[in-house]
Amino acid sequence: MAAATATAALAPGQASRAREATYVEAPIRAFAIATAFWGVVGFLMGVLIATQLAFPLLNLDLEWTTFGRLRPVHTSAVIFAFGGNALLGTSLFVVQRTCRARLFGGEDAGWFLFWGYQFFIVMAALGYVLGITQGKEYAEPEWYVDLWLTVLWVIYLVVFGGTIVKREEPHIYVANWFYLAFIITIAMLHIGNNISIPASLGSAISYSAPAGVQGAMIQWWYGHNAVGFFLTAGFLAMMYYFIPKQAERPVYSYRLSIVHFWTLIFLYIWAGPHHLHYTALPDWAQVLGMVFSVMLWMPSWGGMINGLMTLSGAWDKLRTNASLRFSVTAVGFYGMSTFEGPVMSIRAVNGLSHYTDWTIGHVHSGAMGWVGFITFGALYYLFPVLWRKKGMWSEKLIAWHFWLATLGIVFYITAMWVSGIMQGLMWRAYDELGFLQYSFVETVEAMHPYYVIRALGGVLYLTGALLMAFNLWKTVTSSEALEPEPAAAPAIAVAAE
Amino acid sequence: MFRWLRDHGVIERNLILMGVLTLITVSIGGLVQIVPLFAVETTIERVSGVRPYTPLEQMGRDIYVREGCYTCHSQMVRPFRDELERYGHFSLAAESMYDHPFQWGSKRTGPDLARVGGRYSDDWHAAHLRSPRALVPASVMPPYAFLDRPLDYSDIQDRLRALRIAGVPYSDEMIANARADIEAQARPDADASGFQGRYARARQAAFDGDPGRVTEMDALVAYLQMLGTLVDFRDVTPAQLRQP
Repeated sequence: MAAATATAALAPGQASRAREATYVEAPIRAFAIATAFWGVVGFLMGVLIATQLAFPLLNLDLEWTTFGRLRPVHTSAVIFAFGGNALLGTSLFVVQRTCRARLFGGEDAGWFLFWGYQFFIVMAALGYVLGITQGKEYAEPEWYVDLWLTVLWVIYLVVFGGTIVKREEPHIYVANWFYLAFIITIAMLHIGNNISIPASLGSAISYSAPAGVQGAMIQWWYGHNAVGFFLTAGFLAMMYYFIPKQAERPVYSYRLSIVHFWTLIFLYIWAGPHHLHYTALPDWAQVLGMVFSVMLWMPSWGGMINGLMTLSGAWDKLRTNASLRFSVTAVGFYGMSTFEGPVMSIRAVNGLSHYTDWTIGHVHSGAMGWVGFITFGALYYLFPVLWRKKGMWSEKLIAWHFWLATLGIVFYITAMWVSGIMQGLMWRAYDELGFLQYSFVETVEAMHPYYVIRALGGVLYLTGALLMAFNLWKTVTSSEALEPEPAAAPAIAVAAE
Repeated sequence: MFRWLRDHGVIERNLILMGVLTLITVSIGGLVQIVPLFAVETTIERVSGVRPYTPLEQMGRDIYVREGCYTCHSQMVRPFRDELERYGHFSLAAESMYDHPFQWGSKRTGPDLARVGGRYSDDWHAAHLRSPRALVPASVMPPYAFLDRPLDYSDIQDRLRALRIAGVPYSDEMIANARADIEAQARPDADASGFQGRYARARQAAFDGDPGRVTEMDALVAYLQMLGTLVDFRDVTPAQLRQP
């Protein structure tokens, strides 16, 4: 039974090929294109605001292009537009195949989710540029955009759950547990953190219901679990589907999947207060946040081991399969950032790292290394499948993308480590007479070279993404098509069922 | 051993069971951490002096939020020696009890602002906001010269009413006089008796240097200049600061 579940996603044979014809795919193709598109936009915005910090002239003296307004555009574009389209698209793809069922609600439901989600993104981003924001990190969209997303999310849950209910497989495949936990928890967090009172029904302005210390706790309960459930659980679902698919191996351990799943979702929720160490949040909450963050290291690495060990016996594929290389390196970065995270959540370390670029570097090793790479791997797998091609247009370009992006991340995170730790140390440095050694602006000045290196890392990462976009486009337009199914007899038999 | 893992098949075959168990599992941590913060009274220190923002300060705060100042400035001084020397007394939960939303921030690309009030002159703030590098050559802050435009406070009463629903103790009188209070605060020579009675120790000034009109600059500088000034720490005892 265990083995059956673990290999369900891999069920080979002609039946699956014929069944593909009945799956909803057009909206998923749109999601895949949107993922690549918003990825490029998000990385471009990142390069722009990183460069603004090195060269403030680039704020352009306009109110719409200041760092303060564009920073949410960058974070939302990467997390919710790039990441969100990847999550919605892959979840609808994976749930149909692992359940062997057509999408609940059919093509219309898929298209509604697609356009509804793009509408959410555009409304949110327009708001930021115009100065319409709730002023809470990663929860910037104002109340009317939040309401729209709530409606959309409920429909998403119904479409996803409905497809599982229709399944022909007796068991729900492990990737779907993670997608389900992602959908349910994000609904809880989104509603919990966005309770606000509009100034009037015709006004874009609203005030969050909780204030001060309670507001901070709720925000970081949300904020850290946007990381935990949006950027982790959902992408772990991708790991549990696409790595076995690309490696043509079953998931390493079914038991580990179970332990990984329940411990991860239980522990993550507690980690929020590590964003509030040494603040006015009562100590008991800070200590809880720290202890659970450290414990979180275990399930995180359990998941990493499960992903990496899936390759046992197939490691040679890393040499020949460039997209698998992305997926596996992603898991490596996942392991790295989920070790760094618990370290930074220790109060003594956080006293140094908090408020500095170290945090920014940490987030980016997770976002660029884990979320970005697992998504690139999935896109390189999905495009040929969705457009019925023999493979990607150019394997060589994938390799170029891989090395450019990896180099970009290395530039980025090392620059931020150095600048973050340096800034933290400079803030607390004393001279021999017992006075603070540096004025604040001297610490700002010291950041300049690292901001330039960081921006350069971003340019490399963006260049890689542009190569990907080109490669994906060429795959759709000029890659060799898959031949019609040769083993016609069994395929037709199944299709006629 | 690991028998229970075999029973997991029951959950794997039942979507509703799996969904409900997931919801329960992810609810526990948040409930334990959030609910007591509302229930335990001593979470907010028992200090005096904290009052709701004046209408002008609140408009300034809304501009602070609008411009995303929190993306580079924190408003939360930690209890470290160097922060005490650089910024002042560590921040209290009480000091942000009327902050909807809180703006503690998470990054210090620029300095902490929790106690920036009164540290510089109004003129310095206005000039610095208009052109940061004219005053601080190494600054990387964007210029905010566009704030020298008239403040639109036509909906100030709606804003205060919404804040009252959220729990800020604005009285009917405060809401009724909100527009007049904005004009009174931005003019140093305006009659202040009613205004001063409503908002203790609120400063009246031509914050942007021009008493003739009320601008966004007035509002933002008025807000910055009161940050961290409400609690008089000479009167505070350690017992008052004790949290659970």
